[in-house]
Formats: sequence, structure tokens, C-alpha cells
Amino acid sequence: MIEMFAEFFRQVAEDYPRWNFIFFHDPRQWARVVSGIQYTIWLSIACVIFSVIIGVVGAWLQGASNVLVRRCVQGYIQFFRNTPPYIQLLFFYFALGQFTPSVTGPDGWTEVPLISSVGWAIISLSFFAGAFNVEIFRAGIEAVPESTQEAAESLGFSRLQTYTNVVLPLAFRVSLPALNNNLVNLVKTTTQAIGIAVPELLYECVGIWNDYPSALYPTMLLLFVTFIVLVGVLVYGMHKWERAMRIPGYGG
Amino acid sequence: MFKRMLMTGVAAATFTAMTFSSVSAACSNDVWKKVMERGKVAVGVKADYKPWGYRDTDGSIVGMEVDVAKAAADAMGVELELTAVQSSNRMQFLEQGKVDMFIATMSDRPDRRKIVGIVQPNHYTSGTNIMAPKALGFKSWEDLRGKPVCGKQGAFYNQVVTERYGVNVVAFTGNAEAKQALRDKKCVAWVYDDSSIGSDLSSGNFDDFEMPLKSEDDNPWAIAVPLAERDCVFGNFMSGLVFKMHQNGTLIELEKKWGIQPTQYLVDKAKAYGDWLAEKK
Repeated sequence: MIEMFAEFFRQVAEDYPRWNFIFFHDPRQWARVVSGIQYTIWLSIACVIFSVIIGVVGAWLQGASNVLVRRCVQGYIQFFRNTPPYIQLLFFYFALGQFTPSVTGPDGWTEVPLISSVGWAIISLSFFAGAFNVEIFRAGIEAVPESTQEAAESLGFSRLQTYTNVVLPLAFRVSLPALNNNLVNLVKTTTQAIGIAVPELLYECVGIWNDYPSALYPTMLLLFVTFIVLVGVLVYGMHKWERAMRIPGYGG
Repeated sequence: MFKRMLMTGVAAATFTAMTFSSVSAACSNDVWKKVMERGKVAVGVKADYKPWGYRDTDGSIVGMEVDVAKAAADAMGVELELTAVQSSNRMQFLEQGKVDMFIATMSDRPDRRKIVGIVQPNHYTSGTNIMAPKALGFKSWEDLRGKPVCGKQGAFYNQVVTERYGVNVVAFTGNAEAKQALRDKKCVAWVYDDSSIGSDLSSGNFDDFEMPLKSEDDNPWAIAVPLAERDCVFGNFMSGLVFKMHQNGTLIELEKKWGIQPTQYLVDKAKAYGDWLAEKK
């Protein structure tokens, strides 16, 4: 069956020289695609989780009574929201990468940093998307009526307890649609990790179409299809979650 | 007898006419005509490949291949418009018409000939080598097996050295990033064209590094015009230009002008294409 599939695409490549779906009939290229997809999924999942955590914590800190903390959060948002993610990646990897501890490799030359290029990609992209998430959650928090918070306070809740038990659960529901958008963007932004040689899907695809110019169009098509599926899965999951968390009569 | 001859003649004439008409139909010379009408030729060159194509301190693109582009524009009698291209996008730029041709350190490979109109003769050549820290003392390609080596996306030999020597190529989008990664000790070597590494080493910025191995896969470079115009005016014009630049030693002079280590290739070509009358003088 698989052999027939491969044979079919080998024939396509022969009949239409610009449509060489090489990854369907060359096991080595297929392995590159699979490994690229794995990295992309791994990057996406890690960045989504960390950026949401950064958003939740950041939004809480934004309401802190300490002026300095509020200013710091504001500074973080301004920095990461107002600069291009690609430049952030390069800066994190090349500039900050210099100052992180590293282990000298067995050859006595290579410095294997504790944070790999994948690690830097996760950190940098999470902070980038996290800055937007803070603002998204802030909007959600502001939608929670003051009277609800006061009611919680009058029941003896501390500031943290009010946030985790009352404000956040309500704010989260309001924030979900906007969060959804940002996370979709985040998944697509993972392709920029190619700039620091993270072997994610775009990196592998560029490699394939450089080695086989005849595979340019099919590989681009593969990129589109993969991201449509990846983002589709994310959006589907988010919608299900949104529906599961819906409180009748609250919010939209 | 006469009738038969007539028939043969008619057949031959028809055949000739058919071949001619098919040739003229194939040669629309669209890009060439467009260049002539606009009075401007868009040439893709490298902007990060010293000294073949790189940015001067004032930001303008200069280099040996840029000089070839200038010579072409001068001979065509049009203005020159330079576009910086990358190894990974130069063929696409040409196909999409963003550039009319490119002279961008491209190795002449069989699969590339199917996509762009590669012009003969080749104007330069280079092999694959590495720049590695002297401290590591590499002796052979086998020493690199399983080790991280920085590379450049779009270079054909990334795949070659990966498959032949099991090198773990970490490919960056630009030369600057890759060389920075080597300095940052993120890899044990930088795999690239020997000619470029040679000029980097002679620049004095890489004193602790060397080019220790024997170059592999010596591969001539080529200029590319749109595939449809390879055998038409544009391709033939560029072929003639490169031929002349070999013959009258312009390419060797340019090599000297840009401080490139002399290659035997250019000397051989100049001799092979030498003007037999000039020799007699």
C-alpha cells in the first residue's frame, strides 16, 4: 500500500517536474518532515502553556499595590509587544546566550549551553505571546464587576484568593476568544525559530526545497496543510473548552 | 527523378521552416525586450558574500560578481539595478521576475539547470571546505562525524556532507549568524565555499581559525537567466560576455582587484578560450 503510494508520487514527479512530492517517496525526506513537525508541535505546546502562565501571573501583578511591580510589568509588555519577535529571538539566542552557563563538550571546544536553541525559542516566543496575554487577561479582569470583588473581600478573601477563586475564573471566560486569536498567532510564529536554526517544520522544508528545487511547490503546500491542521486542532480544542466553561447568563 | 528531388526539396524546406518557426515561437525574448524597453536590468547578487557580493561601508553592494553585473549592464547599454538575494531564494526571485538574471555565487548543479537558465561557460568555481578553530586540529572530513557544524541554508553540500560523513549540519539563514555561532562555540566548524572561507581568513578577523581540510566537490559557478531565454538573446548574450571575460583576462583581473586567492580554473579557461591570433604576436 505504502509502496503504491510512493510509486504514484514518483510518477507524478516524472510527469510534472515542478510537482515532486519528494517527501512521499524518499524515506529520508519523509524523516525530515516528521522530525520538523515534531519540533513544531513541541514548540507550540510549550509556548502556549508558558505564555498563558505568563499572562495569568502578569495580569495579577498588574493589579499589585506596589508601584514598582506594576511599572515592571508595564515595561515588560511595552518591550515585548513593540519589538518584532524575530529580533527578540536573535537577541535572546546570540546576545543573552553569551551570558548563560555552558558546559564544555567532549572535544574541548564546543560550549554546550544549558539553554539550547530550542530552549531560547520557547523562552523568547513565550515572553512575546505572554505580553499580549497579559493585556488580554487584563481586559477580562476589568470586565469582572467591582461589586463581585467587593463581595469576595467582604467574605474575608485575601487579594490572592479573590484573584484565583473569583476574578480569574470569570475573567478567563471573557478572555478566551481573544486568547484564542493570540495563541493561533503564536503557533504560526514558531516558524520564525528558523532564524536561530531550530529544526522545526519550516527549517526542514527550506532544507528540502534547497536540496530539491523541483519540490518547492509541494513542500510549500505541505507547510500550509500542516499549519491548517495544527491551528485547526488548537481552535477546535479552544472552542470546546469555551463551551464547556460557559456559565449560562454570564458573558456572551 | 526530378519529381522525387522536388519532393525531397519541398520536404526539406518544410522541415526547415518548421524548425525555424518553432525556434522563433520558443524565443519570445520577453525579459530581454522588457529590459531594453525599461532601460534597466535587475540583477540579483549576494550581499553577504565577501568579496563577490557584499555591502560596502556606505551600504552599496560591491564585489567581483557585481563588477560582472556592471559589465553586462554596460554592454547592454542599460542602467543596473542590484537586488540582494539569498542562496535559498535566488532561483525563486528569477522565476517570479523579481530579477532579470542573477550572478549570485551559485554552483552549477543538474537539478538547478531544470529550473533556471544556466549560462555557459561558468564564470568561477569553488569547492567545499570548513573553517575550524586551530585548537581542534581537524585532519580529515571523517573527524567531523557526529559533530555539530554550522552551515548556511541553501547550500547544496549541506546534504552532501551530512550523508557522506554523518556531519550534524546546523544551518542558519545568513552567513553572519552562522559565523557568529562558530565564534560562540555553538559548533566545531563552519562548512562553506573554500573561496569565501579563504577571503575570511585573509581578512584578519579569524586569526584563531584555519581551513584544514582538502576541498571537496569542486563545483563551477554559473550565471542564470530565465530558463525560457537561455537559448535566446539573453542567454546567448551572457554566454558571449562570460566567454570574453575569460578570454581577455577580465575575470583574472577582477580576482586580483578583489584580493581573491587565484584559482587555477580561471587560468585554464583563459588559456582554453585564448585568441589564437593574439598568441602569435
